[in-house]
Amino acid sequence: MRKSLLALAAGLLLAGSVSAASAADKLKVGFIYLGPIGDLGWTYQHDLARQALVKELGDKIETTYLENVPEGPDAERSIEQLVRAGNKLIFTTSFGYMDPTLKVAKKYPNVHFEHATGYKRNPNMSTYSAKWWQGRYIQGLIAAKMSKSGVLGYIGSFPIPEVVSGINATILAAQTINPNIKVKIIWANTWFDPGKEADAAKALIDQGADVIMQHTDSPAAMQIASERGKLAFGQDSEMIKFGPKTQLTSILDTWGPYYIERVKAELAGTWKSEDSWGGLDSHMFAMAPYTNMPDDVKKIAEDAQAAITAGKLHPFKCPIVGQDGKPVECKGGDHLDDGQILGMNFYVKGIDDKLPGK
Amino acid sequence: MELVEAIILAVLAASTPLLIAGTGELVTERSGVLNLGVEGMMIVGAACGFAGAWLTGSIFIGALFGIVAGTLMSLIFALMALGLAVNQVATGLALTILGVGLSGLIGAGFVGERITPAIHLAIPGLTDMPLIGRVLFGEDAFVYFSIALVIGVWWFLYRTRAGLILRACGDNHVSAHALGYPVLRIRTFAVMFGGACAGLAGAYLPLAYTPFFIPGMTAGRGWIALALVVFSSWRPGRLVVGAYLFGAVTILQLHAQGWGVGIPSQFMSALPYLATVIVLVLLSRARTGGSTAPAALGTVFVPDR
Repeated sequence: MRKSLLALAAGLLLAGSVSAASAADKLKVGFIYLGPIGDLGWTYQHDLARQALVKELGDKIETTYLENVPEGPDAERSIEQLVRAGNKLIFTTSFGYMDPTLKVAKKYPNVHFEHATGYKRNPNMSTYSAKWWQGRYIQGLIAAKMSKSGVLGYIGSFPIPEVVSGINATILAAQTINPNIKVKIIWANTWFDPGKEADAAKALIDQGADVIMQHTDSPAAMQIASERGKLAFGQDSEMIKFGPKTQLTSILDTWGPYYIERVKAELAGTWKSEDSWGGLDSHMFAMAPYTNMPDDVKKIAEDAQAAITAGKLHPFKCPIVGQDGKPVECKGGDHLDDGQILGMNFYVKGIDDKLPGK
Repeated sequence: MELVEAIILAVLAASTPLLIAGTGELVTERSGVLNLGVEGMMIVGAACGFAGAWLTGSIFIGALFGIVAGTLMSLIFALMALGLAVNQVATGLALTILGVGLSGLIGAGFVGERITPAIHLAIPGLTDMPLIGRVLFGEDAFVYFSIALVIGVWWFLYRTRAGLILRACGDNHVSAHALGYPVLRIRTFAVMFGGACAGLAGAYLPLAYTPFFIPGMTAGRGWIALALVVFSSWRPGRLVVGAYLFGAVTILQLHAQGWGVGIPSQFMSALPYLATVIVLVLLSRARTGGSTAPAALGTVFVPDR
């Protein structure tokens, strides 16, 4: 339904190029995008990475992307479209493409697939994601330091482990600064609806929150915080333009190095199915400059970032106490293991709210 | 008290685009034409509205750009669905697909730019009054205009001869035609009015609500406006109730989540839809024999010349 003209046009071009059977020996690399490339968030960052890829390997590869591809059965058709157009390596860049990607991957064993943020793999299907909760931990430290009201506002998209682990990492960090810190959580139940995200930000601020954090994709919340003279964190991309005196930092998705690495492997014939979950020690994401905070807070943030990068600090260091007051089983030695974080479906102690569906 | 005022302000802001787009579509449908392209016209209005405001620095001109863009989009629809008698449902859906793509193209150069949003009314003494001051005397022009618009449409439909003729076209185009009324011309004007309103409603988003443009920023509001028209049983009064109710429940459920009432957020997010449908259905049940769908809604009319 919401396929854009561009996507349709790209589809037509693809259909045309199949019959043309171009003899170009450039490697064809395809991308499936959830939103428009101009969303200034999730898809925008993936496309920046694609552009970096073209810049680096443009003489050896040819890239195609389809934007605004809805998650679900429609995705399967779009992925298959890319396969038929001769793409040999295809990046599907949203969680909801997991099953469609797997289905197409099984059908075309000679094509390689890379699925972002999922957990299902195949000999010709890799997964990749980032440990954003490490960044959230740093944000939690900053938020607790900067909040005057002691109330943080958090806009969630959907109550899935990726988002829940971010909330927990934030509050665990904040508690080390201010044990009585409160967090108000509003679920928008959408990844992208600027109006609704703005309304959620307004509601949080009206209820006393003075630092706004978001796990939705548009800069609307940043803009509202800026309008109201509060502070906020960006999401996915640099959003300081929407709040020059508001943005504290932002978790930047930097997929470029990974895409280049994987395409190089494909070109060299060494590509194999892997699961990459990169943290601050990799190049999977980065923190935007720490702005609008005093030097001592900046130092806390930078120290934490260095410690996490060096592996000296783990945001989910045990003991971790759940909302029910019981300690959470510690499967990773002195911290939670990756599986527990990937499947996180509980709130830690100190969050007054109830996790939806619990 | 401050919180109540803040909530009412947010509700009015959230409801206004629905009310404007819904009012336009109501007139279109009352003339017997079903234009499902509201979302497409809105998003093009948003892109052009932002472009206009960014280029000229004037919110007013931006709004005009939005209106013109929406009207031009609706003319495409009129040409197809009225001029060439193409199926209205298919044409409307195509218009939405076209609009979403076109807006991305128009807006591509403006993504990431910011403008100063529409100013809010400020009357010393009145605007500062507690609770109702900012609600009544501190809104932006779009909010006041939307209320004037819906009153104007009500007056037009039920108190003027032209309105009666428009409704006649929607109920029985053959009779209206036999009486000598230019059915297609009237419907074209109704479609254009719907387009103008949708364009303005779309422009409201980047000009007042969230002062930047992002592709897809209407996020389904056009479809909600369409649904509101149906559930209001094509009456302006009920449309107002529906639009504000939808806005109110949307905002209140966000606040309820912030307070931590412990109701699953998935249910809360569905609540605006549920509440609005239930209330509007009850309203139309309460008055049996009231207005139902325009009898000729969505049917093709080809005059025998």
